Amino acid sequence: MTAVLEIDDLCIRFAHRGAAIHAVEQVCLAIAPSECVGIVGESGSGKTQVFMAAMGLLADNAAASGSIRFEGMELLRLDAPALNRVRGSRLTMIFQDPMTSLTPHLQIGTQLAEVLVCHAGLPWREARSSACRMLQRVRITDPQRRMHQYPHELSGGMRQRVMIAMSLLCGPALVIADEPTTALDVTVQAQIIELLRAVREDSGVALVLISHDLGVVAGLADRIVVMYAGRIVESAQTQELFRQPRHPYTAELLRCIPSLAGPPLARLPTLAGQPPRPGELPEGCAFAPRCPRAAERCRSERPQLLGSSTAGSVACHFPLPS
Amino acid sequence: MSDLAVDAVRRLRSNSAAITALCVLLLLLALTLLGPWINPNSLQSIDWSHIAAHPGTQSAHWFGTDRLGRDLFVRTLAGARVSLSVGLVASAVSLLVGISYGAIAGYFGGRTDHLMMRVIEILGGLPLIFFVILLTVIFGRNELVLFLSIGAVGWLTMARIVRGQTLSIRRREFIEAAVASGARAGRIIVKHVIPNVLSPVIVYATLTVPQIILFESFLSFLGLGIQEPRASLGTLIAEGAAEMEAAPWILLIPGGFLAALLLCLNLFGDGLRDALDVKEGG
Amino acid sequence: MNEPLLRVRGLQVDFGAHAAIRDVNFDLYAGETLGLVGESGSGKSTLARALLRLLHASQGSVEWRGQDLLTLSAAALRAQRRELQIVFQDPLTSLNPRMSVGDTVAEPLKIFEPRLSANGLRLRVGEMLERVGLSAGMAGRYPHEFSGGQCQRIGIARAMVLRPKLLICDEPVSSLDVSIQGQIVNLLLDLQRDAGTAMLFISHNLALVRHLSHRVLVIYLGRIVEVAERDALFAAPIHPYTRALMSALPGAARAADRVPAAGLAESVSPARLMGAGCAFRDRCPYVLPVCETTLPPLGEVVPGHRVACHRSHEALIPLSFAP
Repeated sequence: MTAVLEIDDLCIRFAHRGAAIHAVEQVCLAIAPSECVGIVGESGSGKTQVFMAAMGLLADNAAASGSIRFEGMELLRLDAPALNRVRGSRLTMIFQDPMTSLTPHLQIGTQLAEVLVCHAGLPWREARSSACRMLQRVRITDPQRRMHQYPHELSGGMRQRVMIAMSLLCGPALVIADEPTTALDVTVQAQIIELLRAVREDSGVALVLISHDLGVVAGLADRIVVMYAGRIVESAQTQELFRQPRHPYTAELLRCIPSLAGPPLARLPTLAGQPPRPGELPEGCAFAPRCPRAAERCRSERPQLLGSSTAGSVACHFPLPS
Repeated sequence: MSDLAVDAVRRLRSNSAAITALCVLLLLLALTLLGPWINPNSLQSIDWSHIAAHPGTQSAHWFGTDRLGRDLFVRTLAGARVSLSVGLVASAVSLLVGISYGAIAGYFGGRTDHLMMRVIEILGGLPLIFFVILLTVIFGRNELVLFLSIGAVGWLTMARIVRGQTLSIRRREFIEAAVASGARAGRIIVKHVIPNVLSPVIVYATLTVPQIILFESFLSFLGLGIQEPRASLGTLIAEGAAEMEAAPWILLIPGGFLAALLLCLNLFGDGLRDALDVKEGG
Repeated sequence: MNEPLLRVRGLQVDFGAHAAIRDVNFDLYAGETLGLVGESGSGKSTLARALLRLLHASQGSVEWRGQDLLTLSAAALRAQRRELQIVFQDPLTSLNPRMSVGDTVAEPLKIFEPRLSANGLRLRVGEMLERVGLSAGMAGRYPHEFSGGQCQRIGIARAMVLRPKLLICDEPVSSLDVSIQGQIVNLLLDLQRDAGTAMLFISHNLALVRHLSHRVLVIYLGRIVEVAERDALFAAPIHPYTRALMSALPGAARAADRVPAAGLAESVSPARLMGAGCAFRDRCPYVLPVCETTLPPLGEVVPGHRVACHRSHEALIPLSFAP
């Protein structure tokens, strides 16, 4: 089955004060139709930049090399009109902060209908009724009234639902959700995740879920990809990743999450040091300075990502035993 | 030194218009200061043999003489010295008053701010020339009029700008942290507020200087500012205007000097704003 | 039972017509860590600022060692600030970008120990920077040269340099990466133990609060809805909101058995919530007519465990929020 999205050897460099900063290096990723892939990483991991490159939303001083193929089309070399036909319709994105991703002075209904008018060429009236039906599908109560409201009149969770609705209007093949629940309360978070799950089951759309929160990703993803310092360090089926992480970083990340289970601790588990800033990467493995298993080889030789997308892959000289 | 300064200097260096303006400015300043050493002619001495003489490098008078036979080179530079010193001193005072006033109004807010802004609005609403004429009636043709009128209005816009900037950082957490640390209002304004509103202040300051110089020239041109025997570029221009047809250089030289001065100050100010602005947005 | 260091009674802060926090009562004892759990719009940050009079409180009292902070003169209040400090959520905006890190940490010293010589200041600042895991040589650098975690350490250094008796931490690790949250929390715990400081730890992260606190307060839309000892609260939470919070956590440990999402209706913005009655009534699955009309008082259900719910005395209802 051909992949919906295929990323090959993606490198993203930023020009800053005359020097090139490598934000993303050699990322290879394939997303099958209807698959949900979680991308997990902390600051400097480059997880958002990979998909900003796919959407053509990189900053002016960024340059991407490699290949990103969406339904066979090479996105990195697409011209503006062609890119605009694809994004917003077949390939859509949901951003982190619903407060700033909706236009404040336009009604919800207008913003939603606009998508259909531009991409599907529908007349306004039809577009508005389709939009209303979509609002219902994302479980917004009283959708008729909501259509006439402005973004500031809705709560954060509702705004995010509107964003989800907007991303589904044209029946996309892939939806990229960048930290969709980070700005929301825990109780609302759970509902949004539930909604995304229902949407997936209904429409079979593929989903990329980017988050720093493993817990959020665990509830939805079939497969999880862990990124650190601009590279993929581990990729595995969700159950497998939690049950037996192979990369020390993944294991440490899991260990550091405070949980409600188990006895309260006098000291929290933590990882020494901090994620390296892009442009200040050490020789060898980027995680070596913080890795409890680091050896000489790790500091001089960078580990390659070995394995397959089905069985799982890991980039480590001394992966944890299976 | 802070990253902002390093970045700004780098950006400024790449702005050729601003750098050219700066060089010309420095050249003019150097001329102004070193004038007396370059040219031996004194300010007052009258050269009876060269009344209204044309400018020329061959003659004793490089810029020519005015209708009283006074060397124009020396007079222009002397005039520039006066214009610049008035401009700089008056700007410095306006800045000081404007920044303090604006920071206090913005920081305290509430009724204090309300009152202070009304004062600014009243002063700002005064028709300036009317005010100047009124002062002239009271004090006569006196240099005091010049300083009082600059003093009344020169600081207003700076105060408004600083107040606006202060309001926007008033609620930032590091200000709250300073309050929580027990700092008094004075300390907070001086150490926390003002350093963080400096960028627009610096830019505006470089644009205030030419404004004040122009204002002084204007008043002096009208005979309301600098009085004889001192000369400023404005008075020289006034003299030159009278002799425009017969001896145009008497007008063109001080006029050109003033124009060059103002143009360079404005260009440099623009360059400074561009250099500082980008970082502020980030 | 020793006297509480901090005694808050009837605290209320109004933003225009609506109250951001209302009727807040609690005590805080020396050396204890009191957790305050709430989500966005709960008023927890407002409460933190109101306690230190960084915001104007319209009603109530905040008694610190016998003196009401809200009625002290400006000068007397400033004198007390030595003992009351705060660490903010966003490490980058809580430091003055135009002030060197050393100067930032030195400021409280300059204010309260003016007799310190320049050398003495430098030594104290250096010591404090080392104490929070940075190096004394970094004193001349500016905040933008540091990472988020390091900036938070600097903020903590500033707050703890005078060894205050109370430290309020307003979501101190929420902006930081998960792998370093533990570092900062452990640092806070170390410093607290060292100086004997009492701590009010505010967070929306229940799991985090569980590890740190002796007692926990739960706040919802400006009101305290539950107060209990840590173990009691997590073993048997009573208020429906607290229980919803706990069941909604997408715990990584529970990935194997998917946590059912809490079937709560969308929350109402505080400004729209009007009238008497429980603030949670719009979303509560156990709502009764009395909840619409009468505000439930914060009453003791079990000694040490207080809940603001009309149904708190009923036998613990099995939790089932069907989506």
